[in-house]
Amino acid sequence: MVDIYVLLVLMIIGAVIAIEVKDLLSSVIAVGAAGLALSIIFLILKAPDVAITQLVVEILALIILIRATLKKDLPFSTTGRWLLNTIITICFIMIFVAVGVKCFKDLPEFGAPLMRVSKTYIQEGLQKTGATNLVGAVILDYRAYDTLGEATILFTAVIGVLAVVRRIGRKKVGEEVEENE
Amino acid sequence: MSREHEKGMSLIVKTITRLTVGIIFLYGIYIVLHGHVTPGGGFAGGVIIALSFIHLMLAYGRQEAFKRLSRAAASVFESFGAIMFLGIALLGFVGGYFFLNFLPKGEPFRLFSAGIIPLCNIAICFKVGAGIFAIFVALVLLKLDLGKK
Amino acid sequence: MVVYLLCLVMFCLGIYCVVRKRNVIKLIIGVIILEYAVNLFFILVAYRKDGRAPIFAADQTVTNMVDPLPQALVLTSIVIGLAVTALLVGIAMRIYEKYGTFDITKIKELKG
Repeated sequence: MVDIYVLLVLMIIGAVIAIEVKDLLSSVIAVGAAGLALSIIFLILKAPDVAITQLVVEILALIILIRATLKKDLPFSTTGRWLLNTIITICFIMIFVAVGVKCFKDLPEFGAPLMRVSKTYIQEGLQKTGATNLVGAVILDYRAYDTLGEATILFTAVIGVLAVVRRIGRKKVGEEVEENE
Repeated sequence: MSREHEKGMSLIVKTITRLTVGIIFLYGIYIVLHGHVTPGGGFAGGVIIALSFIHLMLAYGRQEAFKRLSRAAASVFESFGAIMFLGIALLGFVGGYFFLNFLPKGEPFRLFSAGIIPLCNIAICFKVGAGIFAIFVALVLLKLDLGKK
Repeated sequence: MVVYLLCLVMFCLGIYCVVRKRNVIKLIIGVIILEYAVNLFFILVAYRKDGRAPIFAADQTVTNMVDPLPQALVLTSIVIGLAVTALLVGIAMRIYEKYGTFDITKIKELKG
């Protein structure tokens, strides 16, 4: 159990560094470090599918973010009413934490999940679907609608990015768009 | 990305890319095809395949990557993946209901087992890989236009 | 119970970053931290003490597996998080191109 606590503290330190540092490139790299620690935590919690996916997706998010923030940091100054805003935010977060701690008492203890639905998946999964990877069987056979919804979301994201980035009416007929590296 | 007389990055990066990009692509295909036996599946494998093309684009410049996978080809692959996934789901009506697992389930631990699950993994891999490559190409092309203002 | 509290601390860090920061890139980083916290919470709920990964092995009967259902949900959630991040970055780059700054308080003042 100690390794999970150490890695969680490392993640929190990485998140705090990412939030407070003024240089944009450093904060993006700190978020990347937090994501790598999260991938190792997933591996320790016996979820290898999720660890692989988290690792590669986080690397991709890092590449996209770094590509967007090169040479773009500007100096910021704190305007007035900074103290009042911070105090109100911290009060809100304190209320949130108090309600959250009250709700956590209803959760089953860490290490003893309820597994009402998953008992069926574990007992009958192999003979009904024929797949030995139970997580793959769940996402593609028992819960295939969710995968269909996710494919739709990815499609929408691609269309959305292409629509936001597109230049309307800039390129005339016969004009060469110069591309530099 | 900051040299003017050579496209892409320095010579060391280009040599390492030439050696490893094929292995990364092959590893992505392996993770997709064995999605029902070992951890992985269509999503992780699709992102790895897209990352291999992005690696090629970052190290060699845009034209090398477009020679291997042009923008039109990426959009065709993505639509093909979506149609294949929906087609497999609709074919379930042959047996009774939507998404029925109708192909024979072989013995466990083999590559050709588990009904429609490997086919669905391949469809998802096409969709995710081509989609992520299209997103990256769109964002990178816009970024290079900002430098001209 | 302490692990759940640390996960809640991470979530609150994400909320603080989204609410208080003025830079659009810091907003995106706050959303990413929120996603990390929520995915971690799901996998923490699914853990079983001395459990094994939910994969069958040849010639072994596995009795104590961790819960596979939240892992399937988190797999979907991670890829959706990537889609949201890509869309946010595209919008942020468009904002920079149009207004010349990433500061959200200045975006209200400049005209078109």
